[in-house]
Amino acid sequence: MNRFEKFTGIVAAIDRPNIDTDAIIPKQYLKSIKRSGFGVNLFDDWRYLDPGEPGQDHSQRRINPQFVLNREPYRHAQILLARENFACGSSREHAVWALMDFGIRVVIAPSFADIFYNNSFKNGLLPITLGGVRVDQLFAELDGRRDYQLNVDLERQVVTNTDGIEMAFEIDEFRKYCLLNGLDDIGLTMQKSDLITSFELQYYQKLPWLK
Amino acid sequence: MTGKTLYDKIWDLHQVHGDDDASALLYIDRHLVHEVTSPQAFEGLEIAQRPLWRKRSILAVPDHNVPTTGLEQGITDPVARLQVDTLNVNCDKYELTEFKMGDIRQGIVHVIGPEQGATLPGMTVVCGDSHTSTHGAFAALAFGIGTSEVEHVMATQCLIQKKSKNMRVTVTGAVAEGITAKDIVLHIIGEIGTAGGTGCTIEFAGEAITDLSMEGRMTVCNMTIEAGARAGLIACDQTTLAYIEGRPFAPSGETWDQAVEAWSDLHSDEDAIFDREVVIDAADIAPQVTWGTSPEMVCAVSDRIPDPAREPDPIRAGGMRAALDYMGLEANATFDEVRVDKIFIGSCTNSRIEDLRAAAIVLKGRKLADNVKLAMVVPGSGLIKQQAEEEGLDRVFLTAGFEWREPGCSMCLGMNADRLEPGERCASTSNRNFEGRQGQGGRTHLVSPAMAAAAAVKGYFVDVRRLTRGEA
Ligand code: SF4
Repeated sequence: MNRFEKFTGIVAAIDRPNIDTDAIIPKQYLKSIKRSGFGVNLFDDWRYLDPGEPGQDHSQRRINPQFVLNREPYRHAQILLARENFACGSSREHAVWALMDFGIRVVIAPSFADIFYNNSFKNGLLPITLGGVRVDQLFAELDGRRDYQLNVDLERQVVTNTDGIEMAFEIDEFRKYCLLNGLDDIGLTMQKSDLITSFELQYYQKLPWLK
Repeated sequence: MTGKTLYDKIWDLHQVHGDDDASALLYIDRHLVHEVTSPQAFEGLEIAQRPLWRKRSILAVPDHNVPTTGLEQGITDPVARLQVDTLNVNCDKYELTEFKMGDIRQGIVHVIGPEQGATLPGMTVVCGDSHTSTHGAFAALAFGIGTSEVEHVMATQCLIQKKSKNMRVTVTGAVAEGITAKDIVLHIIGEIGTAGGTGCTIEFAGEAITDLSMEGRMTVCNMTIEAGARAGLIACDQTTLAYIEGRPFAPSGETWDQAVEAWSDLHSDEDAIFDREVVIDAADIAPQVTWGTSPEMVCAVSDRIPDPAREPDPIRAGGMRAALDYMGLEANATFDEVRVDKIFIGSCTNSRIEDLRAAAIVLKGRKLADNVKLAMVVPGSGLIKQQAEEEGLDRVFLTAGFEWREPGCSMCLGMNADRLEPGERCASTSNRNFEGRQGQGGRTHLVSPAMAAAAAVKGYFVDVRRLTRGEA
C-alpha cells in the first residue's frame, strides 16, 4: 500500500443520502476475480444510459452527460463529497477498488457504513467524517463552482478550502498510522503470531468443542 | 461492577490482545467463504506466500453465481463460471471443506452454516458478506467483512477490530396472529432507520423475539445490517439448543454437555447497561411492505403510500420523491393499486423450511393472478429443497403456478440469470430494495413469504390475513 501523502484535489459532489454499494459498483462486475479495472464501472447505472456487462468495451457505451463524474473537471476528481450513510449495503470491497481505480482518494460524508469504512483503510482510501453542518457548508461552497478544490492533510487531520479555512476531522490513531506509513495490516498482525498461538492454547482448553 | 452485555461477553472471550478497544485483535472461530469475495484474498495469500492459519475454521460454498435451473449444463456464463471454478481450485489446493455445486448440502452461505451446526453459540463468525449478521441468532458475534479482511483472517485467524457500541431493541408483548419475523424486522428498521444502528451491535430481546423459532430469529438478525448495525444478537436459550443438537458440525456426547453448560451464560446480565435502548410494542406491528428504495421506506400494507409533501425535512422529502419516481408509485395510493409482475421467494432472509411452509399455506388451492409473469421459489439449500419435497410443498408451489428452483442467491441480487427487467415490479422476500438490486431498473418491494404468496394470488399487495380469513 502507498503512503497517504497530503494533497490538493478536485471535489465532486453527489447530493444523496444512503448511496449504496450496489450503486457504487453494480453486481455484474463482482464476477471479476481481480482487484483492478473497476474504475470504468464506478456508479455504472448513473454514469451510462445503457446497461453494461463485464468484459464489454465501455468506451462504446452511451454516456450520461448529466452525471457529475462524466463532466469536466470532475473526471479528475480525487475527493468525493456525499451525504449520510455513504456506501451502505453489501460488504463488497469492489466499491473501494472502483472508487480508487477511478482516482478518488478521499470521501467526505457525515457518516459511513461500517464495513465500507473498514475496507477503505485496507486500500489507502481515506473516509473523512465531518458533521452534517460542515458537509452542508461544503455542498453550498461547491455549488456552481467548477474549480472547487480541497487540501487534505491526514497528518494534521485537517481539510482546508481555497480560502484557507480549516476543518478538523477525527480518525483513530492506529488507522492513521497505517495509512501514513502505507502499512499492511496482515504483516502487523503476523508480528503477534506468538500471542495468537498462546491464546489458542488456553482457548481450546477452555472450549474443547471448538477444537 | 455492572454486568456485561452479551456482546461484551463474546468480545472478551475472543480478545487476543489490545489494551484499548480501538484496535483490539479479535480471534475468529468460524470463517464462511463464498466465490465472490474470496478470489482476491486467496490471490493475496499466494503472492505473499502466506499459509492459512486454521483451515478447519473455513466452510466454503458457491452461492451468488450459481444458476437455479438447468444444472446439468453447469454455469453457462463464462465469467461466473471462472469465479466458481476459482473457488473450487482454491479449496482443493488448500484442502478446505467446500460444498460444491451438485452436493445436496450446497446452498446460500448463511443458510448452510446454521443448518450444518457450523454456527455455534458464543462463536465469532465472519464471512465476506454483509448478511453474516444472520448468525447472530445463535448468540454468536457474526459480521460481514471485506476481502482484505477475509485475507487477514485466513492468514492470522484474527481481525483488528474496534469495539462497537451496545444497543438493545426490545419488542415487548406478543405479535398478532399472522405477523412474522420479517414484519417485525421491517417494522424495526422503519422505526430506527437504515442508519439507526450505525456503530452498534444490536441485541434483540423481548417476548416477540424469544417467541420466534430459530428460522425467524435468523430473519431478524439477517436484516440487522439494513439497520446500519454490523451485527445482531439474540441470547441463547432452549430454542437455540434444540435447533443445534445433532447437527453434523455440532458437538455431541460429553462435549455437548460441556458446551451447553458454557452457553448458559450467553445472555446479557440483568444490570448490563446499553448505550442505546429502543422499545417497540409488538401490538403495533402489521404486515409490512416497502414502498421505496431503502429498507427504511416501509409501512403497513394497510397504510397509504407516504406523501413527500408532508415530510418537513427537505432532504428526506427529496429522497422520497426520487424513490417514488424510481418505483413508479403515486403518493397516497393504496397498496391494492400496486400490481406486481414477479414474485421471488428466497434469499438468506427467507428461504428456510418455515418460510416455504408459510408461503405454501397461503398458496394451497390457489393460483397465480393473471398479471404475474413469473413467480419462483428458490430454497436456501439442497437439504431444504429435499425436505420441502418430502413435505409436498413443491407440489403446492407448482400447482399454484410457481417455478421450483435449485438453491442459491438467485434474484436476491441477480448475479445469475434470475433478474428483473427495467420497470418490472417484484414482491420479494429478500432484504434489499435498492435501485437496480434485482436487475437494472427493477422495482423491489420487500415482504414476508406469506405476503409474497398473497401478492402472487391477488396480483397486488394485500394483507395476507384478509386472504386466509376469506375476506379478500
Ligand atoms: S441471498 Fe442475497 S443477501 Fe443473502 S448472501 Fe445471497 S446475495 Fe447476499
